[in-house]
Amino acid sequence: MTVSLVVVSHSEKIADGAAELAAQMAPDVQVLTAGGTTDGRIGTSLEKVLAALDKAGSGGTVILADLGSAVMTAESALEFAENPEEIVLADAPLVEGLVAAAVAAQGGADMQAVKRAAESVGGPARHPDDFPPGIVGEGPATGKGPDFTGDFELVNQAGMHARPAAKIAGGLSALDAEVTVNGVDGASMTGLMTLAAGKGSVLHVEAWGADAERAVNYVGGLVQAGFGEP
Amino acid sequence: MGRAGAHGRAPLGRVAVALDVTWAVKWLTLSAQAMAEHRVELIELDRAIGDSDHGENMDRGFQAVLDKLAEAPPQTPGAALKLTAMTLMSKVGGAAGPLYGTAFLRAATSLGDTAEIDPAAWAGALAAARDGIVARGKAESGDKTMVDAWTPAVEAARKAALDGNGDVLAVLVAAAEAAEAGAVATDPMVARKGRASYLGERSAGHRDPGAASSALILRAAVGAAA
Repeated sequence: MTVSLVVVSHSEKIADGAAELAAQMAPDVQVLTAGGTTDGRIGTSLEKVLAALDKAGSGGTVILADLGSAVMTAESALEFAENPEEIVLADAPLVEGLVAAAVAAQGGADMQAVKRAAESVGGPARHPDDFPPGIVGEGPATGKGPDFTGDFELVNQAGMHARPAAKIAGGLSALDAEVTVNGVDGASMTGLMTLAAGKGSVLHVEAWGADAERAVNYVGGLVQAGFGEP
Repeated sequence: MGRAGAHGRAPLGRVAVALDVTWAVKWLTLSAQAMAEHRVELIELDRAIGDSDHGENMDRGFQAVLDKLAEAPPQTPGAALKLTAMTLMSKVGGAAGPLYGTAFLRAATSLGDTAEIDPAAWAGALAAARDGIVARGKAESGDKTMVDAWTPAVEAARKAALDGNGDVLAVLVAAAEAAEAGAVATDPMVARKGRASYLGERSAGHRDPGAASSALILRAAVGAAA
């Protein structure tokens, strides 16, 4: 059972739009909305938030809220909820956080991992240039060289953008492997997007762990197929 | 010297009030009346330093509370406050919804199944409500928010509960008066929380609408017992 997401926004249109965007990246993830007041005004409603939490599946729920009273209403909902241990509130920008959370949930991440995925978008962007020389390519924790590597040239017109990044990150987060792509975390959609890699750029993939080979092949397969794009 | 009151507790001519569920429902009803009566005034205060929806939101929220109380009459003061919390959080819309909702919810939790509130319990419920507002809104005293009405009210209620010889009305009055003074004291403050904080220095010279509505609600608690 994948983690469910609840979007709490002052505006029904924002909540619905953000959910629509996330669904495009993560078609199997339940994204529920609690936007606006019960009588269709700008504002937030505990009733709507609780109703959304009620509909959420049993795999844990991560809430994303836009600002001010939306955060307060979401926190209040946790006080009223019958299963507060199965719900967490992510401190993340609504749209970016929701998309990152949806991609992580699509990849099978658990509730805390989905929350972390959402919150990681608020942090500093990780770009290969941000890594001091000699660190890039070293294993995440092991210090030894990667178990598998691969180099793949981007062939699709648009190169690395949101949808390919979501596909790579979503698939990798379900594998038992630590993967870097040009030095950034391969399971981080926003990390991949910061690469700003256009058509013709080469992605250098390094992978550690039990599924390392599968991970490299997965990325290679997607890149060589142009992510199904022209 | 005046004549001794019944049981030597309250002066004659003032019926010793019981803060039971009947009082609680009357309190909430008078609060709703106060929000309706002061709707325009609260809107004006909020127009000066906020988004001018406070009077509208509070009036709508408390009217919904009245409907809920009529639909499912509560059995204890705590149950009445919990119903109020739920309704305000669902119907107010703005930040006042979760703030007042949390206040009433924490007060309800503090009271538990108590059938009749004594002075210490009222002081405790006010403290729980204030702590809930602080936890939810992350505001401190002096930030020009409803906390500036609630904190003096809590302190005054505690003191009156200790000094008051069991006179519950005195505790209600002390809290209401302190909240009113606290609301007035927000006039010169510069807002550091909420929408008004965007105005910076320009927020000085206007009363905080949340502090004003808080004082009205605590005054209604006196009216319900008088």
